Amino acid sequence: MTARRHRPVNTYPLYLVPGAIALLAVIVCPFALNVWYSLTRWQGVGSPHWAGLANYRQLVRDTQFWQSFQHSLAMVVAMAVVPTVIGLVVAAALFDFVAKHFGSKPAAVLRACFYLPQVLPITVAGIVWSWILAPEDGSLNSLLKAVGLGGLRQDWLGDPNIALYSVMAVMVWVQLGFPVVIFMSGLQRVDPALHEAAELDGASWWQRFWHVTLPQLRPEIHVVLLWCTIAALKVFGAVYVLTKGGPADATEVPSYFSFSTFFEKTQVGYGSAIATVMTLLILALTVVGLGFQTRAEDAR
Amino acid sequence: MVLPLLVVLDNALKSPADYAAHGPLSLPHGIHLENLRSFWTRVDFGRMLVNSTLISGSVALAGVLLSVLNAYAIGIGRLRGRTWILAFFVLANVLPQESLVYPLYYLSKQLGLYDTRLSLIIVFSVIQSAFGTYLLSSVLGAFPREIVEAARIDGATSWQVLWRIVVPVSRSTLGVLMVLFFIWTWNEFLLPLVMLPSNDHQTVSVALGVLQGQRLMDATMTNAAGLLGTLPAVVFFLVFQRTLTRGIAVGSVK
Repeated sequence: MTARRHRPVNTYPLYLVPGAIALLAVIVCPFALNVWYSLTRWQGVGSPHWAGLANYRQLVRDTQFWQSFQHSLAMVVAMAVVPTVIGLVVAAALFDFVAKHFGSKPAAVLRACFYLPQVLPITVAGIVWSWILAPEDGSLNSLLKAVGLGGLRQDWLGDPNIALYSVMAVMVWVQLGFPVVIFMSGLQRVDPALHEAAELDGASWWQRFWHVTLPQLRPEIHVVLLWCTIAALKVFGAVYVLTKGGPADATEVPSYFSFSTFFEKTQVGYGSAIATVMTLLILALTVVGLGFQTRAEDAR
Repeated sequence: MVLPLLVVLDNALKSPADYAAHGPLSLPHGIHLENLRSFWTRVDFGRMLVNSTLISGSVALAGVLLSVLNAYAIGIGRLRGRTWILAFFVLANVLPQESLVYPLYYLSKQLGLYDTRLSLIIVFSVIQSAFGTYLLSSVLGAFPREIVEAARIDGATSWQVLWRIVVPVSRSTLGVLMVLFFIWTWNEFLLPLVMLPSNDHQTVSVALGVLQGQRLMDATMTNAAGLLGTLPAVVFFLVFQRTLTRGIAVGSVK
């Protein structure tokens, strides 16, 4: 009896109640509904007709669907791989060179410049770039002409052969700030003694970058690659604003494909199947990626 | 990196005649603000700013509140099975919105919440709180136990401990979360595009995206749109620079 009076009832679980209800209403139930829709034929009006796995069987044969996933891989290159590589070099250069010779202020200002596109709404980035990349007298084409390379002028977003590369280039611009910020904060964690020792041993900048900075930044590199890959698989706004998946599906990605299937073709069941496959892929990637990370941390 | 934005600034200030005569690369011959003014009235940009601010601000507050309550139970309350609960929040956080968008669209219509700003506030508060719970739980997990226990021995209820001790002490982390939630919500595109079709309720991000999609604007007007869309982001950035970069680093590496 006395023990009970001294120890208050554990009220902590109660604090999860609002969050649990909200999560159920906004994420869990809608997600379950989405999976259910994917097993039906439905136009969004009337009641859905049970269709079993028909949508998924159709997906397997749908070349547009497979093509959209190939474009996802291109987005992973543009949004995860390339920004990570460039971000490492930029962060190391800002940290080692700019901060050392010009002080931390200019380094912070440059870091801010790299980061700015990340806080810009993607639609603004889209407006800016589709104007720069416009055919005829867009800024890029005008620039090429002005420096005497007029022969290289292109319809950057309108030519099916180059539209995907143009979108990729824009995404590098959008994404680069994220790795730069993460890597610069990671570099502050690295013990300067390691660099000094390497420098005393006569290591060049590249050797120090390769043998000291890179191994020390492993955890950050891992995090950046994982989050950027997930972001790349989800990319929607940029494609909507720049190309709407065109020309001739050259920049179609799964999320735009599901969006147009839902709201333009009103094939809700099929759109849900696309969204479900996308989700499974992303969840699998997250579980594997985080699993690797925990194992790497345990091993250290 | 800022060069494309400078080119936009340059061209937003040109008159259409100046642009037509000298192309996109020259400096403006005289400052011309007519483009900005006519774009502003054409999309009712003031209203878009109010909508975006209202939605993002409410989400920042409600999202942080939900995150604090969840994280208090998980991080301080040390619930059994908390690793699994947290794993669940991580998965909720990476879930693509495409797999929620149609049911949310349909449900909000059924509930009469379609095309209301409230529907978006609710949805984004929950979506953002998945990240907030994950981050705050690890911060509160490291909260000094002695303080909490001392307060409990003095007879404080868990509710009092939360508001008088845990929240004030974690102020700076909560501030970081609020800034992140505000900016993320400001920049969201897919759900606002689907859920807020009417001009009256649209956000800045959607209004600009839809206009661009329709390609109804001439070059100088496009640049005015780009400039006006960029300005709020630059303002947030200047105001919250330090919080933001710290938040990004902490948020993703935790």
